[in-house]
Amino acid sequence: MSIEQVDRLVDVAALERLRQSIIEKRNPFQLRLRICNGTGCLASGADEVTAAFEAELTRRGLSAEINLVKSGCHGFCEKGPLVVVEPQETFYQRVKPEHVPAIVAATLDGKIVEELLYVDPATGERILHEQEVPFYRGQTRLVFGSNGTIDPTQIEDYIAIGGYSALAKALTQMSTAEIIDEVKRSGLRGRGGGGFPTGVKWESCRRADGDIKYVVCNADEGDPGAYMDRSLLEGTPHAVLEGMIIGAHAIGAHEGYIYVRNEYPLAVSNARRAIEQAMAYGLLGKDILGSGFDFKVSINRGGGAFVCGESSALMASLEGQVGEPRAKYVHTVEKGLWDRPTCLNNVETWANVPLIINRGADWYNQIGTEKSKGTKIFSLVGKVNNTGLVEVPMGIPLRDIIFDIGGGILDGKKFKAVQTGGPSGGFIPESLLHLPVDFDRLTEAGSMMGSGAMIVMDEGTCMVNMAKFFIDFLEEESCGKCVPCREGIDRMGEVLERITTGKGRMEDLELLEALADTLRLGSLCALGSTAANPVLTSLRYFRDEYIAHVVDKKCPAGECQALIQYSIISEKCTGCMVCVRECPSHAVTGKRREPAVIDLAVCSKCGVCYDVCRFDAVKRA
Amino acid sequence: MAAEMDSEKVQGILERHSERVNAIIDGYEGRKDLMISLLQDVQAEFNYVPRDAMVQISQRLDVPLSQVFSIATFFKAFNLTPRGRHLITVCDGTACHVRGGLRLIDKLDRDLGLTPGGTTEDGRFTLETVRCLGACALGPLMVIDGKYHGQMSSNKLDRTLRSYT
Repeated sequence: MSIEQVDRLVDVAALERLRQSIIEKRNPFQLRLRICNGTGCLASGADEVTAAFEAELTRRGLSAEINLVKSGCHGFCEKGPLVVVEPQETFYQRVKPEHVPAIVAATLDGKIVEELLYVDPATGERILHEQEVPFYRGQTRLVFGSNGTIDPTQIEDYIAIGGYSALAKALTQMSTAEIIDEVKRSGLRGRGGGGFPTGVKWESCRRADGDIKYVVCNADEGDPGAYMDRSLLEGTPHAVLEGMIIGAHAIGAHEGYIYVRNEYPLAVSNARRAIEQAMAYGLLGKDILGSGFDFKVSINRGGGAFVCGESSALMASLEGQVGEPRAKYVHTVEKGLWDRPTCLNNVETWANVPLIINRGADWYNQIGTEKSKGTKIFSLVGKVNNTGLVEVPMGIPLRDIIFDIGGGILDGKKFKAVQTGGPSGGFIPESLLHLPVDFDRLTEAGSMMGSGAMIVMDEGTCMVNMAKFFIDFLEEESCGKCVPCREGIDRMGEVLERITTGKGRMEDLELLEALADTLRLGSLCALGSTAANPVLTSLRYFRDEYIAHVVDKKCPAGECQALIQYSIISEKCTGCMVCVRECPSHAVTGKRREPAVIDLAVCSKCGVCYDVCRFDAVKRA
Repeated sequence: MAAEMDSEKVQGILERHSERVNAIIDGYEGRKDLMISLLQDVQAEFNYVPRDAMVQISQRLDVPLSQVFSIATFFKAFNLTPRGRHLITVCDGTACHVRGGLRLIDKLDRDLGLTPGGTTEDGRFTLETVRCLGACALGPLMVIDGKYHGQMSSNKLDRTLRSYT
């Protein structure tokens, strides 16, 4: 059905009639091939796989019998491209175009392509269904659940699974005060990092003076390592929109903005399409579902600045200004965009709203811990076996996420730390892996929930070097308005550079702590005031490693180039000559079938020999 | 004589540029608040933000040139110098960093003399680094002209670059 042809839904009954007609038209026994077209799978070649399926179905004349669905992200990006066959729900992973004819043939015969099934590394057994895979088994997928099952470019898919029923309920069965009260009682807290109670924010914005108010969706996911907002906006854009419409209605706003990173082209186009479809059905625009409520949403592409995740900087950028934060003696809920009351929530927060309205605060606040309710989506990345997006109830221990869902550390190495909260967060060592994911408990440990990046590090990761990585990031991203942030981060970078190159002094550790204090006290926004967290937590939990750099001039993890040496372990070297050929500095010499030798005077320590050796014969220490 | 022809030619190019910029500005109906999107469209058209385009935007939207310039330099997305034929973006977000993203950058420097922000002498490649592209499961990640190349290694890099001339 093309967008132009649809009838506007004049009331809630019309929405329900439409829902019924969509469901009735669908055959539950229909063969459907769901191909993940999220960014992760696309990067692994999902577009070629999709094209191969289209060609194969055309070749067999089956385009009408078997439906192809390009779904959003399933979360298990490590194993992409992912394909699910309905109605049997057979789950295929790492599908390549050459597998396509076999999948189609097996599907028609009611058979299974065994070699494309996921193999449980623990038991060696092949697993048939997605939800039985250990990666998914430990998850609670409330917000992210439909992401991999519907076509994000079809509003009808979303309506068929109950979409916009929360909006219908909010518009017709609840007063605005009741909506706000429901969200308050649910205990929902902002998923963008701050963890501020959403209902309280809505209430303040509702009460703020002014006829014109705005709601804004923050999709400027600048936190490196986090991509749940991207995947949600790509895969379930209508849930985000539905949340925004409900919020706008409760607050009394008639205009909304989605501020999205320009680096997320698929999220931009899927959100844009979702808005057009919702407009066509009258779920956005004038007199939504006959309720008399008007609301429109536009999309604004960000320019790529981490600081624009901060509310006042984001709003300045929306106004077409440079994204610098301002002092917030007056909050943005009172004076935000164009100095008018503005309610800013993150993508994931908005997507939680329809669930709360539909199923009620009492259901929602059963999930999670005392002060952190509901579920949270994390991006589990780094040196972990099962990378991808995971949605878990608040309160689950970090260990369960990394070892049960994540399947432990890559290549059987030893866990060292997990970094949560991005550049504003900190490192959490093994001794604290029992910590539950909970806003307050993570903050107590010196880190924070942040937007949900969880970067796993193994014994080969140098914590001083990682702290420097985050400081370098923040040095680039500091907007430069506050001197302590602009200059302080620079100085911290210099000190860390000294330490990682073996020129550090013991006083440097105290100097870092003193600079951290200055940053915390003297910066207007959270970028500056939390910038020192990675340094502080690495000092707190991995001080020995700093001391090794300063006193022994050694990098125990073997990562800091100035402090390591490469050498060949003669007993292991087979004389295959690969390192001799690959060394860009010609520092490795040797003859065939004789151990190679590295000339340290010539070696540039680039590590190529270490990377190319297949016999673990290159030592880095 | 030759210099005259050159300047005529340059004039012609500039006029055509100016028409394209005007067409983009027209699409925004004078809305100053959409400056960032406007500059993004200009960059998409020319592959960088030319100085003349900024002057034109400033005049047509009645915004001080200093303000247009400050936006174009504040946000990471904008380049004020022309880029090479192919844009290589290497992710140096945390997840890619942990998995060795820097090795790719080192290798590009070693092999092609290409440093972040720079362009090869033959105009073949421009290298940019980005802090996270949101495909962390595939780190280290590299994007060439919008196409994602996941789980990159030094060996794979050579093969991948060969197809871009």
